[in-house]
Amino acid sequence: MDVRLITLLIAKRLLRLTLVLLCVALVSFGLMMASPIDPIDAYLGPQMAQVSPEQRTLIAQRWGFDEPPAVQFGHWLRQLVSGDLGWSHVYNQPVSEVIGQRFQRSIALLGGAWLLSALLGFGLGLVAGAKEGSALDRVISTYAYITASTPAFWLAILAVLLFSVTLGWTPTCCAGPTGTLSQEVTLATRLHHLILPVTTLALLGVANITLHTRTRMLELMRSDVATHAFAQGASRMEVAWRHGLRHASLPAITLAFASLGELFGGSILIEQVFAYPGLGQATVAAGLRSDIPLLLGIALFTALFVSVGNTIADTLYGIIDPRIKAGEP
Amino acid sequence: MSQVKPLHYQSTRLPAQPRLMAILNLSIAALLVVGLVTSQWLLGDLPQQMQFDARLVPPSSHHWLGTDALGRELWARTLAGLGLSFWVGSLAAMLSTLIALSLAALATLSRRLDTLVSLLIDTLLSVPHLILLMLIAFALGGGTQAVIIAVAVTHWPSLARVLRAELLQLRQAHYVRISRALGKSRWFVLQAHLLPHLLPHCLVGALLLFPHAILHEAALTFLGFGLSPSQPAIGVLLADAMRYLSGGYWWLGVFPGLGLLLMVLGFERLASHLRRAL
Repeated sequence: MDVRLITLLIAKRLLRLTLVLLCVALVSFGLMMASPIDPIDAYLGPQMAQVSPEQRTLIAQRWGFDEPPAVQFGHWLRQLVSGDLGWSHVYNQPVSEVIGQRFQRSIALLGGAWLLSALLGFGLGLVAGAKEGSALDRVISTYAYITASTPAFWLAILAVLLFSVTLGWTPTCCAGPTGTLSQEVTLATRLHHLILPVTTLALLGVANITLHTRTRMLELMRSDVATHAFAQGASRMEVAWRHGLRHASLPAITLAFASLGELFGGSILIEQVFAYPGLGQATVAAGLRSDIPLLLGIALFTALFVSVGNTIADTLYGIIDPRIKAGEP
Repeated sequence: MSQVKPLHYQSTRLPAQPRLMAILNLSIAALLVVGLVTSQWLLGDLPQQMQFDARLVPPSSHHWLGTDALGRELWARTLAGLGLSFWVGSLAAMLSTLIALSLAALATLSRRLDTLVSLLIDTLLSVPHLILLMLIAFALGGGTQAVIIAVAVTHWPSLARVLRAELLQLRQAHYVRISRALGKSRWFVLQAHLLPHLLPHCLVGALLLFPHAILHEAALTFLGFGLSPSQPAIGVLLADAMRYLSGGYWWLGVFPGLGLLLMVLGFERLASHLRRAL
């Protein structure tokens, strides 16, 4: 494999990534600037009435709100580069700490759902594609089409209704029993609280990968490779297993990386329904209570998260592309 | 000179069987649309009418889908919510298509603009949709208008890509080249030759956007960034239902979402029929 070409490709992607992140910072900062919600009002909250206009100007001066937006953006960017994301007034903590703690909780949810949906989606797609037109294929395809149209938060509500309220198998909320310190929660309890959110999030992510893998399998079954294998007496499932795995797995992995944004969006809704104290819930709180530094920090962080996923996906596409592999014997 | 296949000669007629299905689906959709559009007037103030002697009543022959905590009929509220979703979704989809069309046209004008537009697309795609929606709704101060604009601004990239590719291909078509060679202006070529050709793509694009727009509107409203809680939007109904889940009032959580799912599925099918017809 041509190492130089790959290195060049990755360098180019990294440059693009930086540029995109800069654009995200600019766009989200601009949006915050355009908001009619006054950050000082939001900071003061109910104490708004007790603060005199003089104190207000003092706060504005201290925070640099009296300066033009471009200068403010410069300040913010400079702080950003030095690793300071500002102070979150909702959680009364530095933004970086809030994001760090919350993401630690969310990563279990996100990672679990991501792995589960990729594996399940790939498996279902493989089977559906191998048995094209069968009852199983129809069931799987219908399932995929329906979940693609299902509102994430509604599915979560249904899951809570069925498994938590009616059957009582799983807890209805949070990351652990209420009233206990997070250090005291055992791994088993943690998993017990995670199982329903993870499954719900995974079930939603399955559709995309299933349909994609199925299409790939249909391509394979019409190819010369498959015809040759059939002529030698292989069954459709054998062909799916021997060739399908290799043929369709890389595209499925690529798609899984490219769908991180959707996964994160879904996790916001799921965390809200299950009252799971992760990054998604913090995002909603930050938005509803006008915590601008936190909102900006989360926007940037998730953009980094998603664009790293996109970059990996793009690079994988590049590696799959035969034109780049041309140097290989 | 390279030979470019004229695009016009492709038949847009469908074989008989799918065509019948498409017509059937279309008529069902048309009926639904008329119902949804007029639901605001048909229902009157029924979705907001409180009956204090019938609070949290389960579904029965008298209260078809049950009632909520203030004794309001859930079926009327769900229908009204779907009507609202339809309005917001279609306005957002139209606006989004307009953005996609103008940016795609802009991108084909010069190389530099093309790079700029694709950078914009990359930027939009790198922030999770829902977070971007929240940021935009926040910037606009919330409310129905904010939701429509937010959904429109976030949903155009995929359609813009399709339209851009189509435009680039069209520019090479003979009749466009001849028109240019005869000294027609860019604007004339655009509105006389290119736009009529793109129109069906825009229509299907808008229809494909529509289900996504509805789902995102509901999600945004559910989180509290969208339509005001006083409106019977599906997101509001489900957010309300969250408070009564542990009490076993299942109908509040089940029916509004089911209605939304059926509506989204219906339009999704319609859009894919039309896309195959194109």
